[in-house]
Amino acid sequence: MVAPLNADQPAAAGAAPLQALVERARALSEDVQLEAVRAWKAAHPGRIAVGSLPVWAPRELIHAAGGLPVGVRGGGDGVEVVRGDAYFQSYICQLPRSTLELALDGSYDCLDGVIFPSTCDVIRNLSGMWQLLLPGKYVRYLDVPQSLREDLGGRFLEHELRTLRDELGQLAGAPISDDALRASIAAYDAHRRAIEDVYALRAATPWLAPSWELYLVLRAGDVLPVEEHTAMLREYRELAAASGRPMEDQARVVLTGAFCERPPLGLIQTVERSGCAIVDDDLALGLRFIRGDVAPPPDEDPLAALARAFLARGRRCPTMFLPDDAGQAKGEALVEDARRAGAEGVIFAAASFCDPALLDQPMTAKAVEAAGLPSTSFKYAENTGQFQPIREQTGAFADAIKIWSDA
Amino acid sequence: MTATPLPAAPAPQKDRSQERQKAMLAEHFARLAAAPETGAKVVYTFVPGNLTELLLSFDILPVLPEINALQSGMRQRSREFIREAEKRGHSEDVCTYVKCDLGMKLKGNVGPTGDRLPNPDLLLLSYTGCFTFMKWFELLREEYRAPTCMLHVPYQADGKVTPSARDYVVRQLREEVIPALERITGRAYDEDRLREHLRRSAEAEEDLVRVLRSARRRPSPIDGYFGAVYYVGPIFSSFRGTADAAAYYRELREEVDERVRLGLGPVTPDGPMGPERFRLVVEGPPNWTSFREFWRMFHAEGAVCVASTYTKVGGTYDEGFRHDPDRPLETLAEYCLGCYTNRSLPTRVDVLCRYMDEYEADGLLVNSVKSCNSFSAGQLLMLREVERRTGKPGGFIESDLVDPRYFSAANVKNRIDAYLQMIEQRRRGAGA
Amino acid sequence: MRCFVGIDLGSTTTKAVVLDEEGAVLGRGITNSRSDYDVACAVAQREALDDARLTLARRALPALGRGAPDEVLTPAAQEALLRRLEQRFRLAQHLVQLDLLGAEVTAELPAVERLFPGARLGPAIAQLLEGLRAEAPAQFLGGELPRTFFRDLAASQWARGAQAAAVPGERPYEALLGAFDKAILKVEGRLFDLGLAAVVGQAVGDLVEAGEIPGGRAGHVERALAGAVAAPLEVAASVGTGYGRARLPFPKERIRSEILCHGLGAHIMFPRTATVLDIGGQDTKAIQVDPDGIVTGFQMNDRCAAGCGRYLGYIADEMNLGVHELGPLALSARKQVRISSTCTVFAGAELRERLALGQRREDILAGLHRAIILRAMSLLARSGGVKAELTFTGGVANNPAAVAALRQLVREGYGEVPMNISPDSIYTGALGGAHFARRDVLAGAAA
Repeated sequence: MVAPLNADQPAAAGAAPLQALVERARALSEDVQLEAVRAWKAAHPGRIAVGSLPVWAPRELIHAAGGLPVGVRGGGDGVEVVRGDAYFQSYICQLPRSTLELALDGSYDCLDGVIFPSTCDVIRNLSGMWQLLLPGKYVRYLDVPQSLREDLGGRFLEHELRTLRDELGQLAGAPISDDALRASIAAYDAHRRAIEDVYALRAATPWLAPSWELYLVLRAGDVLPVEEHTAMLREYRELAAASGRPMEDQARVVLTGAFCERPPLGLIQTVERSGCAIVDDDLALGLRFIRGDVAPPPDEDPLAALARAFLARGRRCPTMFLPDDAGQAKGEALVEDARRAGAEGVIFAAASFCDPALLDQPMTAKAVEAAGLPSTSFKYAENTGQFQPIREQTGAFADAIKIWSDA
Repeated sequence: MTATPLPAAPAPQKDRSQERQKAMLAEHFARLAAAPETGAKVVYTFVPGNLTELLLSFDILPVLPEINALQSGMRQRSREFIREAEKRGHSEDVCTYVKCDLGMKLKGNVGPTGDRLPNPDLLLLSYTGCFTFMKWFELLREEYRAPTCMLHVPYQADGKVTPSARDYVVRQLREEVIPALERITGRAYDEDRLREHLRRSAEAEEDLVRVLRSARRRPSPIDGYFGAVYYVGPIFSSFRGTADAAAYYRELREEVDERVRLGLGPVTPDGPMGPERFRLVVEGPPNWTSFREFWRMFHAEGAVCVASTYTKVGGTYDEGFRHDPDRPLETLAEYCLGCYTNRSLPTRVDVLCRYMDEYEADGLLVNSVKSCNSFSAGQLLMLREVERRTGKPGGFIESDLVDPRYFSAANVKNRIDAYLQMIEQRRRGAGA
Repeated sequence: MRCFVGIDLGSTTTKAVVLDEEGAVLGRGITNSRSDYDVACAVAQREALDDARLTLARRALPALGRGAPDEVLTPAAQEALLRRLEQRFRLAQHLVQLDLLGAEVTAELPAVERLFPGARLGPAIAQLLEGLRAEAPAQFLGGELPRTFFRDLAASQWARGAQAAAVPGERPYEALLGAFDKAILKVEGRLFDLGLAAVVGQAVGDLVEAGEIPGGRAGHVERALAGAVAAPLEVAASVGTGYGRARLPFPKERIRSEILCHGLGAHIMFPRTATVLDIGGQDTKAIQVDPDGIVTGFQMNDRCAAGCGRYLGYIADEMNLGVHELGPLALSARKQVRISSTCTVFAGAELRERLALGQRREDILAGLHRAIILRAMSLLARSGGVKAELTFTGGVANNPAAVAALRQLVREGYGEVPMNISPDSIYTGALGGAHFARRDVLAGAAA
């Protein structure tokens, strides 16, 4: 591949607005103390803000209650953890430590409640710790079904969602109407499409939408109202597409395993600078957990539609069990995603001590290998500060891919 | 996550009940070894949320990989098994039961009696109280290419069994589990047989509870943690609902009643325990690779464990639950939902505080195992809560289930000694 | 007189404290823990008892001239005499050990020479030993007494001498060092008996010569001093503690956990202690004690050594600095680099990376000290928090940057809490042990 002649030229007219947008996203993604949420609540008196932990939670229901859904995703590398560490042994991942630190230092006081989805034992138990440490706060453990049959798991999930809907209605002071839920589902369908559009742009032309930028833009969605975040995503897509950034010859990779605890921004930058273009990933997977639209036909119950969409089109991430007749093992699904994104290799990046990701990895790695895709793996924590070994590893990986593809 | 040490391991009480348990296990493993010839069907499943009565009603032989793993730990084989699994790409970070079991499979699947274990006809994934179970059987599915049947048991997040959760489990039993068992055995579900087994379960449960509660006496006639892992063996594994198990628990109860009558304390692998000096409640599973040494750190100091939560992972009978033959599937669902690690943290704190009170304990000791986040995540907070509510001191030690790399005897003993001496000091006051 | 001994057998050093009948500290002793714990304990106890005898001498001297004014030694002369006594004693000990070293090195020679064909080490070694012996008086009789153990003192001198004496092939440097390394292990395993009484005459003589003591009084002073240092010390009870306490040559009931000893020791040193933080080489302890020094709760770090003294050791090695240099350097930082991980395994890599990024060594070190203390803060929180007063013990308490970070983080988390640090904090565990020994005897007598 040949770089365009204007490689050294700044990307013309679009640069300033793009930079401004990314800087805004950066500020929002670093807002682990939820200043933006406090500001939103001040501007919307009487309305609720409800947090949710990874991976998936029905943000549509919070939205339908007139509330602000907030992503509770730990403190990244921006929080000094003292009290959080006091409650966790060294063999437990980092996310609950910084999350608890923020809960105990009052950062989450602006949240009227928190939803803990059934992601793993640690997040499950964290729901109980929340009950013990923050009595009086609304806590909902959301058990999502591992039976994907509509008459079994679907029925159960519908009941769970109905309970949540009732409780959120009580919290907000008014029951959630079907119409409100429909409108919220529509808002989130638009949001999901906006995310997929950005992902599609990056998969096609990764040099136009580098992953570290996309990562910041996605993370801004933790604290922004969905409408604003959808607008930000669309604007980002347009600006990035028109940025005129020079094409780069990089190894195209999928980054997988990072669906819960988030790697620090520096890690994503390290991977990219070492010569890898990330063309698909499972970062912030909760935002795009359901593939496609949820909106039901007008005569159908919107809540049931949400439950059905989860069962039929929920991503098969390591927190989910796939029945024998699922048709496709998780490894095969990963290979298919990689192919679709035109990836030449897979990077397994799991958070240290992340049971779901690490226990899945040998299975998915086997499938990736069988498909002839090269792969490499490392572990990280949200506050990892050492990028040099990762730079060397992914750099060597990128070189190997390029040699292989040139051969 | 659970216990049934074979008698190959140190036997705490060479009583008739112990002999019976030994014979039961030997017979069970012999039947498993013969399964390829006899054509008996084999189901792999987990201890918490096990459906033994239902399996028995189909004449299915259960295999419990957790117990194989802990046996491997006691037989000092776990180190090589874990290494084998890590060689195949498993992370050092994850559950060592899983790695130990996979390693055993990779090394020929030879069970604790030296016989090769039969391959599963079905992997019955009773997903109760632990996410790792799910991964475990996904991994085994790849190894054995066996059909897998998921029984998803929801978490008791609000400290009670909700009708929706019970209904969900019952419907899965009826529409997924029973048809799967019918498929592999070619037999129809026989509810009358199931009821019969459930009736025997309830009998045994009654006796077990009486045995566990005997520790309320001073001195306690049993050790409710190290000793009790042997007592819960049959009922947590392949025997709940059998006539053998009912007989075992009757016998055990009589033996313990006799110890009470004679005012005797527990028997340990090193002989009868000396005078009772400390009464502890223990939270968390034991370490299996140094089980005997671990126990000695307690009994040598006159510390008896009067109650433990680990002995409730396969059922919380002491809280009043009994299998009810009149509501066969509902009772199985309630059983699954009630297992200890399926309880919310506030409920677990309540249980511990109740034990502290009812068993007149001097303190709560937490053995936090690296492998088991289901148990371990939050234990430090639980400890603090129990201390706060009871005013009794808590102790905290760390080890692992079957990874000998994570059991530092010097370190563990150091903490146990310091903890017991602290209790002693506080008891004696400033003058000591 | 009756006395009580506490021995703290740590992973790197073994400490002993001797108390008198009233519970006052009579003496302290410290030695490296070496491979033989029995010997380490015996050496530490012997040193503490010798130190106790110096204390007895110090108590005896002012009474020397009672009733006879011309016999009174001036306070300055008393001080000088005691100082000389200690110097002479340490020199005598050193010379005894040099003799042992000579014997052992000679014994090891054939084995070492076999490993280095063509090497003839005998003459060089004799010369080395002679050199060490010749340097000794200046080392001990000059100003400050050396603060290192015999092993370290001799090793550095030996290495210097070996470097000068080395000739490739005939007297390889490695061979000369190898002979020392083998011999020193044996020397450390040997117990020798040398009483203070043996050097009283020399010490007095020295001072007469220096004109500090009138010649006519020499005999009298010597007799009095010899009497004081020879006073029978009966060890009424001893209690052992520390990491290696299971290996202590003590019966079980004489062994106490280091947590209890540390709690009591801190209480004795600072009676208003409520919380104790101890950061040692291998582990960190957070202890809560009641107003009587009884431990009410504690937490120790888990199997991961992150945040312990050893971590600072790695960092020092990585930066080619002595451990004691780290703190002062960190204090000169202009800003603090945020360090997220205190994992010992990755310490080197992270350090190199940050240095490569152009971050200042001082600023990185400041961040590292804060990171270590953050871990300690978590442990303190786990044990029940920080209550007034806080007593900070262990080797890391000697590090000014660690102390500063602790003060700041305690203030941020708990407000103003008085903090105590004793220069003798290394003896905290042994002090607690000695007090347990004393309490046991008093309680037994009362019963």
